[in-house]
Amino acid sequence: MKQRDFGGAYVPEMLYPNVEELRQKYLSIINDADFKAEFDLLLKDYVGRPSPLYYAKRYSEKYGANIFLKREDLNHTGSHKINNAIGQILLAQRLGKKRIIAETGAGQHGVATATVCALKGIECVVYMGEVDMARQAPNVSRMKMLGAKVVPARSGSKTLKDATNEALRDWIANPVDTHYIIGSVVGPYPYPDMVARFQSIISLEAKKQLLEHTGKELPEYVMACVGGGSNAMGMFYHFLDDESVKLVAVEAAGKGVNSGHSAATTFLGREGVLHGSRTILMQTDDGQVVEPYSISAGLDYPGIGPQHAHLYKINRAQYASVTDDEALQAGLLCCQLEGIIPAIESAHALAQLEKMKFKKDDNVIICLSGRGDKDLDTYIKYFGF
Amino acid sequence: MNRLNKLFATKNKNLLSIYYTAGYPELDTTVDIALALEKAGADFLEIGFPYSDPVADGPTIQHSSQQALDNGMTLNLLFEQLKDLRKRVTIPILLMGYVNPIVQFGVERFCKKAAEAGIDGVIVPDLPMYEYETLYAGFFKDNNLSNIFLVTPQTSADRIRKIDELSNSFIYLLSSSSITGGNLDVSDSIEDYYKRIKAMQLKNPTIIGFGIADNATFKKACEYANGAIVGSKFVKLLEQENYLNKIPAFISSIKPSL
Repeated sequence: MKQRDFGGAYVPEMLYPNVEELRQKYLSIINDADFKAEFDLLLKDYVGRPSPLYYAKRYSEKYGANIFLKREDLNHTGSHKINNAIGQILLAQRLGKKRIIAETGAGQHGVATATVCALKGIECVVYMGEVDMARQAPNVSRMKMLGAKVVPARSGSKTLKDATNEALRDWIANPVDTHYIIGSVVGPYPYPDMVARFQSIISLEAKKQLLEHTGKELPEYVMACVGGGSNAMGMFYHFLDDESVKLVAVEAAGKGVNSGHSAATTFLGREGVLHGSRTILMQTDDGQVVEPYSISAGLDYPGIGPQHAHLYKINRAQYASVTDDEALQAGLLCCQLEGIIPAIESAHALAQLEKMKFKKDDNVIICLSGRGDKDLDTYIKYFGF
Repeated sequence: MNRLNKLFATKNKNLLSIYYTAGYPELDTTVDIALALEKAGADFLEIGFPYSDPVADGPTIQHSSQQALDNGMTLNLLFEQLKDLRKRVTIPILLMGYVNPIVQFGVERFCKKAAEAGIDGVIVPDLPMYEYETLYAGFFKDNNLSNIFLVTPQTSADRIRKIDELSNSFIYLLSSSSITGGNLDVSDSIEDYYKRIKAMQLKNPTIIGFGIADNATFKKACEYANGAIVGSKFVKLLEQENYLNKIPAFISSIKPSL
């Protein structure tokens, strides 16, 4: 197959005007001084930023390096998703949109979207796979309390990719008044770039914070879990041009990369078009999307964002994967070593520590993308508490 | 000049096209259905190839797509089935489907195979103008395949003009902002949209699709365009027993005066 660039905007004509309007306006809107001021103020006073860069002493002793956790779990709503939701609601307002739709996997992006819609008094509809609604029930309740309508996606595997399909169908039917807040660095251009920019606050802060902690601005390693890839893009963003920084992205192997129940896209996938962009996705020989599997709803996606596809292809980042079991064990270890209950998604990044060999003075930043309250039932069932 | 051009040269009113998903409800009836539709009076056809995530489609076509995939339909198989198409069917035929299966098959290879089978055009809902022009237009032109673009109520006049320039058989006019299988919206704003398009006096014929399901909606569409496409309603017919024998009555119900 001939080489083609990743990205693009492979959308039906019905969505072209909206995607084109975004493309033409998004940079000038998000770079505008008023926008920046409002965005920064909300991140500070509402979200609680900057999120701490926490030196994890017991992790550091165990793994023989300086392990720092970037605490996106401490943000309002419990994950990094709020950074993007705030950016996009401010953008949607400036575009004059009266209605917001979103897709969600684990429910964190859905909750973040419902939150910002409540903040701004805008109608909110969130699409969520029926399977995910059952395994992330607390988040469904949260969204409803925040005033959002939660619509189950009943097609396909009834998880994240199906919720995305339903959101796209809604957008096709409501092109004029509705803005679609995509929750990750996926979708047609300019979404991956826009979402990465909003999430880049993660690494902007981390650089300064590492300097305060260690006197060095650049770590040896930066690590994050990857579903669609938004917390990873945010965590990697300001380190991309620093060649000495090794970037480690951790996908969900599910029951094992060769088990037939996995979501390890870079390992199992090939180049193709998914949800509007050319990227890497898990697919059959004839281009049908494969149902992924991971115990963590937020990583249960058969693709990755096009920027990740690019970083993978040029070897700028290493893409590894971790099984359900490894992630759950890592989640428990985080509880017991550092007193933090991580989201199972984030636990995937933590699990990768077991497979790495560090030098004593290596500085390692891991994005703790979310807290694990939503996963208590899963942890409890698995460990028998 | 391909079969589509020849058709529009001889007939420019009340054209009826029928869409169906290859492999639904049974794997091997693709050409049989095409033949039955031609005999019953359809002017041209759209044969859909299935995809796992058809975002522009409503439940009826989604279901037909999934069933076709479960039955084992693939592009490779479809081209096998179409080998004898032109020995039996003479009306213009288009293939319709999403971009990723085409990309995996190989776009150049797809165009070659389509041309060999005697296919006249292709409709790919998620392959917009820019990507088509910059990446694939050459393969289509080399194989004399017409690429059909969609126009919606929100498409700007400039963009419609550009689409008119790039089109060389017909333009697919969406009846409304929707996915397939809805009901034809006959509100004032939609009539205004049809009138606006008609007033632009485009070079290419226009065919209206989405939501056309009976004689009334067909007639309405044909007031403003050269013809209309029936999709989901026909796909629903295929759920019935003995569907091949019911095709003539179905066509007559849409277009009684043949």
